[in-house]
Amino acid sequence: MCAPERIEFSHGELLRFITAGSVDDGKSTLIGRLLHDSKSIFEDQLTAVERSSRRRGLPALDLSLLTDGLQAEREQGITIDVAYRYFATPRRKFIIADTPGHEQYTRNMVTGASTANLAIILVDARRGVLTQSRRHAYLASLVGIPHLVVAVNKMDLVGYSQEVFDRIRAEFGAFAQGLDLRNVIYVPISALHGDMVVERGDNLPWYPGSPLLEILETIEIDHDINLDDFRFPVQWVCRPGTPEHHDFRGYMGRIESGSIRAGDQVTVLPSGRSTRVAEIATHDGPLGEAFAPQSVTLLLQDHIDISRGDMIVKGGDSPRFAREFAAMVCWLSEQPLDPRRKYLVKHTTRTVKAILSQPGFRVDINTLARDTGAQTLGMNDIGELRVRVPQPLVVDRYADNRATGSFIVIDETSNNTVAAGMIL
Amino acid sequence: MELAAAQELNSRIPPAPDFALKCPVPVEAPPAHGLSHLEALESESIHILREVAAECRTPALLFSGGKDSIVLLRLAEKAFRPGKFPFPLLHIDTGHNFPEVIAFRDHRAQQLGERLVVRSVEDSIREGKVVLSSPTQSRNAFQSVTLLDAIAEFGFDACIGGARRDEEKARAKERIFSFRDEFGQWDPKNQRPELWDLYNTRVRPGENIRVFPISNWTELDVWQYIAREGLEIPSIYYAHRREVIRRNGQLVPLTDLTPPRAGERVETASVRFRTVGDLTCTCPVESTAATVPDIIAETAATRITERGATRMDDQTSEASMELRKKEGYF
Repeated sequence: MCAPERIEFSHGELLRFITAGSVDDGKSTLIGRLLHDSKSIFEDQLTAVERSSRRRGLPALDLSLLTDGLQAEREQGITIDVAYRYFATPRRKFIIADTPGHEQYTRNMVTGASTANLAIILVDARRGVLTQSRRHAYLASLVGIPHLVVAVNKMDLVGYSQEVFDRIRAEFGAFAQGLDLRNVIYVPISALHGDMVVERGDNLPWYPGSPLLEILETIEIDHDINLDDFRFPVQWVCRPGTPEHHDFRGYMGRIESGSIRAGDQVTVLPSGRSTRVAEIATHDGPLGEAFAPQSVTLLLQDHIDISRGDMIVKGGDSPRFAREFAAMVCWLSEQPLDPRRKYLVKHTTRTVKAILSQPGFRVDINTLARDTGAQTLGMNDIGELRVRVPQPLVVDRYADNRATGSFIVIDETSNNTVAAGMIL
Repeated sequence: MELAAAQELNSRIPPAPDFALKCPVPVEAPPAHGLSHLEALESESIHILREVAAECRTPALLFSGGKDSIVLLRLAEKAFRPGKFPFPLLHIDTGHNFPEVIAFRDHRAQQLGERLVVRSVEDSIREGKVVLSSPTQSRNAFQSVTLLDAIAEFGFDACIGGARRDEEKARAKERIFSFRDEFGQWDPKNQRPELWDLYNTRVRPGENIRVFPISNWTELDVWQYIAREGLEIPSIYYAHRREVIRRNGQLVPLTDLTPPRAGERVETASVRFRTVGDLTCTCPVESTAATVPDIIAETAATRITERGATRMDDQTSEASMELRKKEGYF
């Protein structure tokens, strides 16, 4: 038997996921259920929710109040932004990026999705696959979320009917085939009653799969990171210059993909100079091998001029050098894209000036139709365009490498982050 | 908070399932090519610290001697050693701190050989920038004034802090790189989108960003990390006997600034602090935890949030933290 303390000493992995769906789909109820059933809701939080529910004259406890954080939201009954929630089970620790389903859904969902391993798309069993569900699935595929869980909720309201579930699964599956989704899992649930969320319950005996939480706990996420191509953008060069570390010259950064061993041959880009890894240093001592997403310090055999923004790769792997590249872009700013202006592009640890072309096409995210006549991109628009930069960037396709295939666009005047880009 | 009400409320929700029943097999070690959750959090935080150092002109790390900033310092060691920290440590001293914590602050800064800058709310009061309604009034919110002055004095364009998103609702929505205007104000409706690990650190002169490298850590993660790293912490985090007053479901420590009110009884209890803020607004919890593993066990079993149990100032309204942040608070 394992003691209850085991919950606390979990050394399991970290899974980040987002929940997509509107309040009507029972999203807040589902999150409330996951938090509650994993004992992550505290008494004082419940008391506060109770107090607010009562003040608003609500008949029952409104678990959505747990996730609505800001005064403006509580006053207006809306959710403005991405909120992060945390819970843990004996097997894993979870970070939920809770994104509102309605206002600014594209901007918020893309933001929350950018770091997620998994997305839960909620579908109301009574209403079936809606435009909104398709939109969520498209955004998940665009941002390259490796795993998608379609949770068909409110099964209690359709008599826990297998037929309804099968119909929704077939419909969603037909749509999903056209998208680049690696792994789609379907699960029937009732967030309200808890069926198939944490426990199986007795109402869905025909469903052979695992309850939602078990899916979250066991889904394999090792391969979510590209383990083949070693990419090490240099963040910081450490040269203490002290008597005891007189010759120390360490290149600090995070391994964004792949792995590296002491002795491996590496190439520094863009200079193209090659050398070997003399040591993989950490504050806790040297490592024989390191892999993504570890933060380490590389010591190299030869003195090469290396600075922040350079990328260290392994011998044979060759990313692209690009002065111009095509990308899918999600526009995040109220100020629309202006192809006449100069922007800044931050890609890995390098920030450069950039010119963005007019969109080649804009995606209608409700129909997935491509509008080739679009002159610009406005807030929440998604489109394809070309990026031109003065010095070549060392890039990968986003589909091959989320870390070296992504960039943000910054408006030089307002300093705002105005777009998120995924290299094609 | 009325405990009875909370219990009653709790009883209306079906009981949470017992995980002990769900896991007859021991938790497996993570696979060779996967990081444990603590390792993953650590790596993310180191990456964030290096981004601040590389992209900001004059950053500072806010170090109070509390557990979260103790973890930050260890992460800074991991990020920059064998080099020196590329930023000074900054403490905004309310003058109402626990002496054990101040002693620890100085000890730790010296041990690390890093520069510690202290600016005090006392000075802001003397200069007339902070006007208190009574000498014993909590100075917690006034730290913002002193902090903003320190930011102006040194031209800090980034202040690294130990806030976590699990602490409080407003923090749950705050970015890791949180932009503040020239008045130090946070505008929750107008935050920069934060995607992947590509942080936008750009500010104009006079503006600044607050950076929270342990945003994604929970209280339990912090304690587990303290255990894993064998970090030293101020003694008041461990259970000790202390004179306290029971007030509104909290234990108010008896100090010159927090005397008993009429009709209140002073008692001695075994307590520890879960947070160590300004002593006029920080309460200990009853505890017998004498070691970090004891604290971890208690933290894991607690049913009250960190701030709910310990902060008088967060209970005044649902939006206390949000309002303070809009005024320039950490």
